[in-house]
Amino acid sequence: MTDPLLEVKDLHVGLPAGGGQMYPILQGVSFKIMPGEAFGLVGESGSGKSVTSLATMGLLKKPLRATGGEILFRGRDLLKLSKREMRKLRGDRVAMIFQEPMTALNPLVTVGRQIAEMFYLHQGKSWAEGEKLAIEALANVRVPNPDRRAKNYPHQMSGGLRQRVMIAMAMACDPDLLIADEPTTALDVTVQAEVLRLIKELCTERGTAVLFISHDLGVIASTCQRVGVMYAGTLVEENWTEALFANPRHEYTRGLLGALPRLGSRSSHGRQRLVDIDSIIDDRSKLTQTRFISPREEGAPA
Amino acid sequence: MRLGFNLLFGGFLTAVVILAGALAPWLAPFDPVLGANLMNAELPPDSEFWFGTDSQGRDVYSRILYGAQISLTVGIVSQVINSVIGVTLGMTAGYWGGWWDDLVNGLTNVMLAIPSLIFALAVMAVLGPGLVSLLIALGLTNWSWTCRIARSSTLSLKSQGYVLAAQSLGYSDLRIMFTQILPNMMGPILVMATLGMGSAVLSEAALSFLGLGIQPPFPSWGSMLTDAREMIQLAPWVAIFPGLAIFLSVLGFNLLGDGLRDSLDPHMRTRKA
Repeated sequence: MTDPLLEVKDLHVGLPAGGGQMYPILQGVSFKIMPGEAFGLVGESGSGKSVTSLATMGLLKKPLRATGGEILFRGRDLLKLSKREMRKLRGDRVAMIFQEPMTALNPLVTVGRQIAEMFYLHQGKSWAEGEKLAIEALANVRVPNPDRRAKNYPHQMSGGLRQRVMIAMAMACDPDLLIADEPTTALDVTVQAEVLRLIKELCTERGTAVLFISHDLGVIASTCQRVGVMYAGTLVEENWTEALFANPRHEYTRGLLGALPRLGSRSSHGRQRLVDIDSIIDDRSKLTQTRFISPREEGAPA
Repeated sequence: MRLGFNLLFGGFLTAVVILAGALAPWLAPFDPVLGANLMNAELPPDSEFWFGTDSQGRDVYSRILYGAQISLTVGIVSQVINSVIGVTLGMTAGYWGGWWDDLVNGLTNVMLAIPSLIFALAVMAVLGPGLVSLLIALGLTNWSWTCRIARSSTLSLKSQGYVLAAQSLGYSDLRIMFTQILPNMMGPILVMATLGMGSAVLSEAALSFLGLGIQPPFPSWGSMLTDAREMIQLAPWVAIFPGLAIFLSVLGFNLLGDGLRDSLDPHMRTRKA
């Protein structure tokens, strides 16, 4: 068996709450990603998906702090790397794309030059070489007329195109791991499908592992081999995608799946209410003591 | 860029000052320093001496043209120094935060509490009079507003998606500041620098008037006013024309700065769109 590419072990992230107390944001999150594998993290807003990805990138903003655990990338603990070592890794071996393609590009620089900067920064290429490679990179993410588009500024492009440019930048140096934090949430459905297919194809082609973050179970089902379900800062369930959808073990996962509208279910099962998950994530510090035994999780009668 | 009255008129006045300074050697009918001739002293404006002559018989028109060179040099150089200091301190303070931010903020507040002319006077007193020390004095006095603006712009730009994206793609802090943040806040910085040029010209005139700036016989608008002071009743033109030159050039810089702000500020732009 090969070693995992990324192994998150018992990761704790906290927010200083005064008096030396830490308010828990992530509580013991653990998962593994194999080389070339696509792993999905689902969960509702505030469940800690993005914090997990930012911690992996070493981009937790102060006051947030990793308080325990390890993030092993090829056996090296990312939490122990110096700022400089971490910076070398970012964009080169681990890259990330974000939810908002509209704001993720510098408005004053042509996209060709922004992609070229990746080659300049991480591979020591000259600007001229970089700009040639940038046109190739644009072609790789299926941007039509790449040589003309390279001279465009971000405002001249649509959201879908900008997200492709972001993908081109992230994939420029052939990273081992791509973190995609809700990359299609801001796009409309047709563009969403194209961008998803693009990410999938590129990563399969180059053997890049993907950590895919979404609250859209459909997106996860179509892209990932394995899924982790996050709730209130913990990973409540992790399984192969098909197994998880066929046989959710955790009550919360069952709730999530039950909340999905299914096409054709009315004709086969008659009119049914969608399951709703009551109660919101409230005080997480209380969850620590009780290990989040809450009505919604037990499925208990309220 | 939207063209408004302020931008056009301010730009016109500024262009006139720049042309006057740049073309002074060709436009000026007399030498501003060596043209002294006591036989012609204190002549009122006529067809030969357009703006009259001063107590030494030098042509006021020629001296004003050459004076524009000094005013422009002072305005531009002092604002470049101001902007470099203000942007460097403000941007790093806003980006890094922490103790460095506290230190820069404290320093800025101290600078804002000292009247800038008094501070410039103190610097001049240490360095001695002259053009270079004038540039240093004015360059060191007015960076605090630029610093504040740079800091607050950095704070808001720091949360932009492209800054986070740049971090996630392995850009160093300095690279982010110079490629992502600085270009995106050039608008307000440029406006501050243009407005600051007006006040630098005024400060130069004031310091020269007090005898600390440009030393005679070299023509600075401020020192020309000093010379004119004693004979303002007999030969008012010696005072009026340098005064007008100061007034119009400062007005020009200020209108240009205002106009730039209006056309660079996206919030102002939407009003018309």
